[in-house]
Amino acid sequence: MPLDIYLNVIVSGVLTGLVYGLMALGLSVIFGVIRVVNFAHGEMMAVAMYIAVVLFSSFGLDPLLMMVPIAIVLFAFGYLLQARLINLFIDRPEHTQFMLLVAVAIIIVNTLLMIFGPDAQSVQTSYAYDSFQVGPLIVDATKAYAGIAAVAVSAALFAFFRFAPIGQAIRACADNHTGALVVGLNVNRLYALTFGIGAACVGAAGAMIVLFIDVTPALGPAYTLLAFVIVITGGLGSMPGALLGGVLIGVTEAVAGLLFSPSAKSMFSFALLVLVLLFRPQGLLGTAQR
Amino acid sequence: MRALLFGGIPARGWTLLLGSALALLLLPLVASDYLLTVLILIFYFAFVGQAWNIMTGFAGQLSLGHALYVGLGAYAASALYVHFGIGPWIGMLAAVVLSALVGAALGFLAFRFGVGGVYFAILTIAFAEFARIGFDHLSWVGGSSGLFLPVAQFSRNELWHLRGHPLMFYYLMLALAALALIVCRGLLRSRLGFYWQAIREDEPAARALGIDTFRCKMIAVVISAAMTSVGGVVFAFYYNNLFPEQVFSIARSIEIILGPFIGGVGTLIGPIAGAFLITGVSEGLIELLTGVGLAVPGAKQVFYGICLLAVIVLMPNGVWPPLAAALGLKRGKPRR
Repeated sequence: MPLDIYLNVIVSGVLTGLVYGLMALGLSVIFGVIRVVNFAHGEMMAVAMYIAVVLFSSFGLDPLLMMVPIAIVLFAFGYLLQARLINLFIDRPEHTQFMLLVAVAIIIVNTLLMIFGPDAQSVQTSYAYDSFQVGPLIVDATKAYAGIAAVAVSAALFAFFRFAPIGQAIRACADNHTGALVVGLNVNRLYALTFGIGAACVGAAGAMIVLFIDVTPALGPAYTLLAFVIVITGGLGSMPGALLGGVLIGVTEAVAGLLFSPSAKSMFSFALLVLVLLFRPQGLLGTAQR
Repeated sequence: MRALLFGGIPARGWTLLLGSALALLLLPLVASDYLLTVLILIFYFAFVGQAWNIMTGFAGQLSLGHALYVGLGAYAASALYVHFGIGPWIGMLAAVVLSALVGAALGFLAFRFGVGGVYFAILTIAFAEFARIGFDHLSWVGGSSGLFLPVAQFSRNELWHLRGHPLMFYYLMLALAALALIVCRGLLRSRLGFYWQAIREDEPAARALGIDTFRCKMIAVVISAAMTSVGGVVFAFYYNNLFPEQVFSIARSIEIILGPFIGGVGTLIGPIAGAFLITGVSEGLIELLTGVGLAVPGAKQVFYGICLLAVIVLMPNGVWPPLAAALGLKRGKPRR
């Protein structure tokens, strides 16, 4: 096969991977601060994708423009979920929290199944088949827009946690839960905010990815697993790690899809996950603390 | 041995146990075929729930990928039957060995490299997903288009080939579920069982007491995997068809742990009580929804999710511990 096919596939993998990375960023933020593994992460992504599909088919609203409203809806959902439910379980054993989110995930995915049925639905924008020619590369317009949007949202998030007072307060909670309580931070509210922010990341990522991936309810569990694979590869709780993991998994899947069969591609992500778990359990960019 | 397996059961407990056993043995005399199939499903979930409980409830290693062992058992025995005509009971040996080996491999990797907690749970999912996609591409067992066993004749019952009427499966699954209960009671009250509980409650402390935690956890995973695969073999010969997409799916793994979770993780009767509750009530609900014309795909699972949520929020130890107390069976404080 000529080299530029590989190049094309890799660029496409990087762009998809950036969107994956944004989705995983949400999971990583939630885990890094609240120490709760959001087992309903992919399911929330599917909800965002369905909102985008409905907005597009009913009102003709472009998913990229609807990114912010969708993210706000998901933020509200995540905020309420944490404030009303998960905050009650902060001191419970790990597996209880895990099962709580499993229950939420089951309810979300099957509610989607009841409402929308099992068939795939998609968004057909006017630029769905456009592409840019850059030298030997041909880049899908949808993937390029989505990748750029993902980078923009991630950058905003980094800036928020670095400079905004609330972002710094959230980081303080993550660093030292008791210390945060002592200096008078409302930890429960900050936890709810954090879960909301994580959910908003997923919402934005869902609005982007729906441009080039059809949505079915079954995507929920699949994306939850994908997000796990990405954040564990990059390092659970590490924000740059989530983006790096996303790009790595995006490229792995794209190349595996080219060399083997597209349906076998996630096998390679899982193989990568097992290798990382065994040889660098804290993830590529994670810090060893377990 | 007898004291280990059957000692320490209060008189009221014996009455309830033997009474329900007798009732279940005589039930087919009056039950309809539909009720029998529901009960077969309940016994199946009680059996695999019991097997899952060994690993998670007793030894504290959260597995979210038990569909892996069901699938491996089901595929091993079915492939031997379809390709070589080897009967399910001999196939079961192969299934048990295969699942035990895979369980040992998973346990070895996880416990040697210190993969614990959430990471361990995700590793179990990864193994199951790996198997699902792998079997999808394994043409020897039909790949994604599925593996089918020759359809059973209901006219004669062949226990040796597990071909026959649901009634045969009813007694077989009942016997397996009862056996699992006895085995688990023996394990839980044995020295190993106490080691497991020590590891579950506080692993560093257990190691400090000189317990070989690696060995104990390995044994838990291997026994749990082997037992689960026996359930998988019977499952395959009862349903006669296997699809990787269904058998290994994470939804199946979750279904397996719903029973013990709702009944009470780490308790002996919990998986059984949970299986009766969740399967019984959800089948009833399906009947009801079909009756009023509202049966849509997903309704049953939403119900599962709500049940699970309700139990976690309202009865964090599962329904069995309070139920046991109400029946006057309680001694000591509840296990977590």
